[in-house]
Amino acid sequence: MGPETLESLQKEAIAEVLEAYPEKAKKSRAKHLGVDSPETGKGSCDTTRSNKQTVPGVMSQRGCAYAGSKGVVWGPIKDMIHISHGPIGCGQYSRGGRRNYYIGTTGVDTFVTMNFSTDFNEKDIVFGGDKKLKQALTEIDELFPLNNGISIQSECPIGLIGDDIHAVAKMHKKETGHQTIAVSCEGFRGVSQSLGHHIANDMIRDYIMPDTSYRKDFESTPYDVSIIGDYNIGGDAWSTRIILEEMGLRVIAQWSGDATYKELAIAPKSKLNLLHCYRSMNYIARHMEQEFNVPWMEYNFFGPTKTTESLRKIASFFDETIQAKTEAVIAKYTAMTDAVIAKYRPMLEGKKVMLYVGGLRPRHVIGAYEDLGMEVIGTGYEFGHGDDYKRTKDEIERSTLIYDDANEYELEAFVKKLRPDLVAAGVKEKYVFQKMGLPFRQMHSWDYSGPYHGYDAFAIFAKDMDLAINSPVWNHTKAPWEKEA
Amino acid sequence: MQDLDNIVNGQKLFLKPEYQEVLKNKKEFESAAGAVAPEKVAEIAEWTKSWDYREKNLAREAITVNPAKACQPLGAVMVGLGFENTMPYVHGSHGCVAYFRTYFTRHFKEPTPCVSDSMSESAAVFGGLANMKDGLRNCNALYKPEMISVSTTCMAEVIGDDLNAFVIGAREDAEGDLDNTLITHAHTPSFVGSHITGYDNMMKSTLEQLSEGVARELDAERINIIPGFEPYLGSLKEIKKISKMFSDKIIMIGDHEEQWDTGAGEYKLYAGGTKIADAKTAINAAATVSLQKYSTILTAKTIKNKWKQKYETCNPIGLSGTDAFVMKLAELTGKEVPAELKQQRARFVDAMQDSYPYMHGKKIAIWGDPDFLLGMVSFLVEMGSIPTHILCNNAPRKGWEDDMKAILSKSPRAAECNIWGGKDLWHLRSLLFTEPVDFMIGNVYGKELYRDTKIPLIRIGFPIFDRHHLHRYSISGYEGGLNLLTWITNSILDQLDEETKHIAQTDYFFDSVR
Repeated sequence: MGPETLESLQKEAIAEVLEAYPEKAKKSRAKHLGVDSPETGKGSCDTTRSNKQTVPGVMSQRGCAYAGSKGVVWGPIKDMIHISHGPIGCGQYSRGGRRNYYIGTTGVDTFVTMNFSTDFNEKDIVFGGDKKLKQALTEIDELFPLNNGISIQSECPIGLIGDDIHAVAKMHKKETGHQTIAVSCEGFRGVSQSLGHHIANDMIRDYIMPDTSYRKDFESTPYDVSIIGDYNIGGDAWSTRIILEEMGLRVIAQWSGDATYKELAIAPKSKLNLLHCYRSMNYIARHMEQEFNVPWMEYNFFGPTKTTESLRKIASFFDETIQAKTEAVIAKYTAMTDAVIAKYRPMLEGKKVMLYVGGLRPRHVIGAYEDLGMEVIGTGYEFGHGDDYKRTKDEIERSTLIYDDANEYELEAFVKKLRPDLVAAGVKEKYVFQKMGLPFRQMHSWDYSGPYHGYDAFAIFAKDMDLAINSPVWNHTKAPWEKEA
Repeated sequence: MQDLDNIVNGQKLFLKPEYQEVLKNKKEFESAAGAVAPEKVAEIAEWTKSWDYREKNLAREAITVNPAKACQPLGAVMVGLGFENTMPYVHGSHGCVAYFRTYFTRHFKEPTPCVSDSMSESAAVFGGLANMKDGLRNCNALYKPEMISVSTTCMAEVIGDDLNAFVIGAREDAEGDLDNTLITHAHTPSFVGSHITGYDNMMKSTLEQLSEGVARELDAERINIIPGFEPYLGSLKEIKKISKMFSDKIIMIGDHEEQWDTGAGEYKLYAGGTKIADAKTAINAAATVSLQKYSTILTAKTIKNKWKQKYETCNPIGLSGTDAFVMKLAELTGKEVPAELKQQRARFVDAMQDSYPYMHGKKIAIWGDPDFLLGMVSFLVEMGSIPTHILCNNAPRKGWEDDMKAILSKSPRAAECNIWGGKDLWHLRSLLFTEPVDFMIGNVYGKELYRDTKIPLIRIGFPIFDRHHLHRYSISGYEGGLNLLTWITNSILDQLDEETKHIAQTDYFFDSVR
C-alpha cells in the first residue's frame, strides 16, 4: 500500500463514518476527525477539535473527572486513604483495575487497591452527607492509624446537593493535625477525565505544595530529579528510575505511582522535574516552575530511540559527569535493545498498527512501534487537548488517521476499512476487535504485562507485540470446512 | 538487565538484584510507615487481627471499606442486554457508562454495548433534556436498535430529570427518526439499594412499558422465567434446557446469555436476547417464575398486582433448590418430571455421596448477592459444610435474613453460623482472624483477604476478573450443582496437597488416591 492509497483510504473512512450520523452530530464529529502526515504543512494535528463535549448517545470510551482525579492522580498515592465520596458504584468500578503497582502492607500502611466509600443512601442525598463524611474521617483515623492523610474524592451528587466537603476537610485537619484534602472532582464536571486531572493537580498545589514539613530538613544534591506523571502501571516508574539512577541522578519523588505523601511534598526540591504524562500533570509542573523555579521537561521512555533521545535531553540539564555517565548507560542498554530489535523486527516488520488511548500514549508509543519496524497508521486521544495533537505531529511517520474522542462505531468502521494488523486500545474495545480475528493489546494496563517504560521494558514490549501478532490462535478463526474467500 | 534469551516481564524483572536495590533505595524518600517505622507496621498489622479491632471495626457506621456490591444502573444495563437488538442507554454522565462496560467486560471477557448521553455541567443546570433529544437520535442512527433501554445515573436523579416526559419530548422532536424504536425507561438512583435494585427497576419498567396497550389474553401454557442478575451464563443455558424439557412455552425474560458469549469470526453488536414480541406478551402468561426473589421485589408487584398473574420464586442452586424448581415446573405445566432430569438428579446425588467427606464439616465464609447466598448456603448445608460467615453487603431489609435462617436450621451446626447483613469485606477480614474458617467462597475481592489470612479462596460469584471462563459454567440445576461440587471439592483437595507437600516433613497424607 503506497502512501497515497493509504491517505485516500483514510479520507474515505472518515467520509463513510460521518454518513451514519444525523446532521447535528455529523457536523460536530467532522471537526474531530482528520488525516495528517509529516509532509503536510498545517494538517489535522493542528486543526483537530478536541476537549469538547462528547456527542450524546454514542459509545464513547471517555471517563469522567472523578476517574481523572481518584483513578489517575490521587489513587496511586499509597500511604494516603482516598475516599470515594457518594454512592457505592464509582469506587467499586474503579477498584484495583489500573495496575498502579506499589510496595507496602495493604490495609496497614498503604491502601491503593482498597475501596473506601461513604456509600450514600437516599437520606444522605436529601439531608446532605457532610455529617457522614466527618464521621467517616474519624472512623478511618481510628481503624487505619498509619494513614498519612486522607483525600475526599467527590462523586456526582456532592456538587449538586450543596455539601461543603472543603469545610469538613478543614475541620478534620484542624482537629487532628492530619492532612485532609477535599477534591471537587464530580464526574459531570468537564467533558472527560481531563478536567479531573486538572482539579486534582490544583488540590495538590493548594494543599500539599505549601506543606514544608518534609522540605525544611531535606538535604538536597545537585542531581535531584522527580518523575512526574508516571503512574507505575506494571512497574513503569521503577524501570524508569533505574536508568535515571544509573545516570547519576537522584530520584527524590515519583508522582504518583508508588508515591508517598512525602515524595509529593519534597518535589519542589528537585533540580529538574521530568514530565512523562504531560496531559495529566503539566499543571503542577508549571506551578512548581513558577513557584519554586524548578524547570521541567517532557520525556518519552517508550522504545530505545525515544528513550535515548530523552536521556540526552535530560543530561543536558546537568554537568559533564552526568553526561558522560549517560552515554555509558546508553551504550550499555543499546547493545541489548539492538539485539531485541534484531530478534523481533523480522517478525513484526511492516505490520500496521492503530492506536486509541489516552494521556500521552497516542503519540509517545509510536516510536516504540516504529523501532520494531511497525507502522502506525491511526491514532487518537480519548481526552487530549490541542497541545497534545500539536505534539503528535512530531511523532507520526506517515499518513495517519487522527480521531479525537472516537466512539466504538467509528473505531470499528476505521479498523474495518484500514485493516491494521494490530489494534492497541482499551479493555472496552479489546474483545470487539479480537472477535474480528485481529490481534489486540490493551495499552492502558499493558494487558496485564509491562512495564513498558525504559530499556528493559522495551524488551517486554517487543516480546508482547510479537506474542499478540504471531500467536497461532488467530489462525483458528476460519473453520476447515469453510471455503477460502 | 534483560537477558535476550529469557526476557521477563515485571513479575520476574523486579526480582533481579539491581531492581531490588532500586526499590530499597526509594524508601529513603518515602513517608509510608513501612519505610520509616517498620516495627509500627508489624504492630498495627497484629492489632488488626485482634478482638479489640474486630469490635471497633464492626462499630463502623459511616465508612464502607471494600464493599461487596455495586450501584443500580449496572443492573439496569444487564436487563437491557437481555432483550433482542436492545441498546442500554444511560441518561447521565458518560464516566459511569465507561465503568459499567469495563466492569462487565472484565468479568465476561466480551464486549459490552451501552451508550450514555454525556451530561455535564450545562445539563446539571438546565436538565438533561437536550442531551436526551440528541442522544436517542444518535444512538438510533448509529446502532439501529429495536429497543433502547434507558436508565439513569445519580447525577440525573439528583437534578430530578423526568424520564417519561423526556422520552416523549425526544420522540416529538425526532422528525420521525424514533417512531419505530421502542424506548423503555426506569429511574435507577445509585444512592438507593444496589445493582440488584437497578435490575429490578429496569425489569419492572421494561415489562410494564412493553405490555402497555397489549390486550391481555391468557395463554394458559405460557410461563415466564426471570433469571435475575445472573453472572453465570451457563446457568441461563441450563435453566432454558430444563424448561424445554417441560414445555416450549416457557420463555426466559431478560436472557443475556448470548450477548456475552459470542463466537470468534465476526463482531456482532447484538446477540441473542428475549424476543421483543415475547416480552410484550409476557403479560399473557399463566405464571411467572423469578429465580432471584430479592432481585425482583418490585417486578413481582407488577406481575402479581397489575397483571394478576401467578408469581412464584425459585432458587435452583444446589439440590433442594433445583428440586423445588423442577417440581414447580412440573406443577405449572401439569407434566411429570422428565426421565432425563431424574437421571441428572441421580447422578448429582451420586457425586455428592462420592465426595462428601471433603466438604463435610468444613467451615466456610461466603459473600455475594442475597439470592446467590440463599442458594449457595443451601448447597453447603446439603453437603454438611458449616457456612460460618454469611456476608451480604446488599442484604434486603425484609425477609432475607429469615429465609437464610430457615435454610440454616436444616444444619445441625446452625448455632455456629453467622449472618452478616449490610457488612463489607473489611468487616469480614476481622471475622476471618477472630473466628477463622477453612475456606472462603466469593468474588475477586476475596483475593486480598486470601493474601492477609491465607485462607484459600474458591472463586464463585461476581465479579471474577482474575480467572478465566468460570462464567461460562452453570451453577444452577443439577448439572450446575455438579460444577459447584467439583470446584469446591477439588479446591479442598488442592489445599490438602498444599499443606502436605513438604518433603521430609509431611510426606504422609500427600496421597495419590482420594
